[in-house]
Amino acid sequence: MGLEFNDETFRGDYTFRNSAKAIARFPFPFAEDSYMYSVNMEPHLPGRPGSVFEHMFDVDEHYVAEMRDRAQVLAEDPLRCQSLPHMTLAGWDLLELIMESKARDYPQWFSLTKDGNRWHWINRPLQIEQSFTFLDETTLPYGPMEYITRQTQGDFTLQDQRDDNLWIEAGMVTTQADWSLDFDIGMSFHEWHAPVPLAHEMRVFDRALKFLLNLQLGAPVRRFNWTMTVDPLLDTSPENYPKWGPSKTTMTPETIGHRQHLRVELQTLHRLPRSNAIVFPIRCYLIKFEELVTVPKWARRLHRVVRDIPDELATYKGFIRNKPLMLDYLSKYDDGAPTSPGIWPE
Amino acid sequence: MSVGAPKIPVRVAEVVEVNALIKRFRFVRRDGGPMPVFSGGAHVVVDMDDHGTRRMNPYSLMSDPADTSGYEISVRRDDAGRGGSLFLHRHVTPGMDLVISSPVNLFPLDARARKHLMIAGGIGITPFLSQIAALSRLGGRFELHYSARTRDLAAYADDLTARHGDKVRLYLDDQGQAIDLNRLLQGQPLGTHLYVCGPKGMIGWVCRTAESLGWPKSAVHSEEFLAPPVGLPFQVQLATSGKTITVGPAQSLLEAIEAAGVDAPYLCRGGACGECETDVLGCDGQIAHNDHWLTDEQKVGNTKIMPCVSRFQGKTLILDR
Repeated sequence: MGLEFNDETFRGDYTFRNSAKAIARFPFPFAEDSYMYSVNMEPHLPGRPGSVFEHMFDVDEHYVAEMRDRAQVLAEDPLRCQSLPHMTLAGWDLLELIMESKARDYPQWFSLTKDGNRWHWINRPLQIEQSFTFLDETTLPYGPMEYITRQTQGDFTLQDQRDDNLWIEAGMVTTQADWSLDFDIGMSFHEWHAPVPLAHEMRVFDRALKFLLNLQLGAPVRRFNWTMTVDPLLDTSPENYPKWGPSKTTMTPETIGHRQHLRVELQTLHRLPRSNAIVFPIRCYLIKFEELVTVPKWARRLHRVVRDIPDELATYKGFIRNKPLMLDYLSKYDDGAPTSPGIWPE
Repeated sequence: MSVGAPKIPVRVAEVVEVNALIKRFRFVRRDGGPMPVFSGGAHVVVDMDDHGTRRMNPYSLMSDPADTSGYEISVRRDDAGRGGSLFLHRHVTPGMDLVISSPVNLFPLDARARKHLMIAGGIGITPFLSQIAALSRLGGRFELHYSARTRDLAAYADDLTARHGDKVRLYLDDQGQAIDLNRLLQGQPLGTHLYVCGPKGMIGWVCRTAESLGWPKSAVHSEEFLAPPVGLPFQVQLATSGKTITVGPAQSLLEAIEAAGVDAPYLCRGGACGECETDVLGCDGQIAHNDHWLTDEQKVGNTKIMPCVSRFQGKTLILDR
């Protein structure tokens, strides 16, 4: 019903593209013409119909291809998915949250029926049908977190809460903006954020941690993060840097519109009921510059954001080298006209 | 109102007199739907309209966290308290409508523990009841040491002993029984986590003993909800909203702020969670910092206050609210 799933790749021949519909619903992250860090969290409530906020977990035209890409990453490097032994219960919490949300929000694709702890799950787009016993790991082909995140777009980390801190102790991370679960696993909140420039001085992480420690059941929140990626590669991992890092050096004025992508992460945070852990889904959306400039407001604004961003941030986000190339390209779409507030197209 | 978690409209399904001091209340959703699953040790804030006075008290959930048909709390009557427990005991009856918060857990089990060693005093048994229900389902190893004044006042002791046998040890004051804490704490396997909930004196005793025996701080967990203390009335200026309010003798500063129609964040209302932390813009007098949240330095500096439990004596107090 309705949506077709694209047959596309995020590696090799890079056939990934956004349909006109996907461009129109792209989560453009800049609400104004400039950007600086902030905690910028808001309630993750069901939002604008058709937008990526409509449902708890957005399923879009890239779903099937993204899951295929994830399976390839895991086959090459199983350490992209790890769960310390005490995080299994949190994995079940996550499985329940995703299955219930998807079955409720996309009944044409997903179905969950329960008879006590005997559950039956159907995922039609991926042609999966599974009977299992809730809270009994032996009845699933993978642990609960791995099972459900092989079927859900976006990266996921699970944070245990103790000693007034959060500890990243499980995750499925294959679509990341240059960070490694294998490196970070077991770290506390400030430890895993240590590489971020400027934000520590602004005490952003102190405030964010305090906020998250009191995150409440039934009150998920969301924020955006963003970076730039050359070629539509989901797996920009430190492990594979030699494979993708050099691509930054081969972009030209002729290829930038097609090869340069704005990479947006819709990050949400949910308290989990049984484990009291927090799940952090990081959903990655890619858009080519040539796709983005079809929306005049976004083109004007992205030009201004890239032009005015502090060098530390452009360096951290990995695009300082190509910033002049980007500005040459984007400036052609910025006539200086004012832009309206908020993220939606005019 | 606090950070946006939905409140739960409930009906009182059952009130049971457990003993001379304790009543148990069962809440079900008014719309008949399921309650959220919660984690052992969580509490809810019960919102009461006590004949025109709004009371919001936190109580630990004691029912099985997997039972979504209803929540249960046990309330000890405090005849000298501010009135929340008396209201529940005297006026709350089956069929009545109340509103409760979503569950919040400030006393969770440590999922890494090889063994959970629990020490309860009196009504402090309640969070352990939900934790034990969860551990029993998942096969977690635990041991409960429960002390009460008399057998009659040892709520749920019989049920716990019947279900869990020698994992439960009962100590009765009137029979001269006391926990041999030194011995107990010295005989635990590596990876044991210690939990204590009960009167202030007991929590202090257990935490100090554990520390003197070399237990790591991160393996010792306690929960104590402070009841907002009563005191002399005092005046406070709310700079942001431009109001001056008077806090009554049996009212907390947070309650007075709310009664003035000013929106203030909160979660536990018992000085533990830090959510209601408020900037002090001016202070000519003495703040009675009654909370567990602020550091000693912050308390001396008088730049922050936790309005859920703290009071003031002096000329002027100006808050950023």
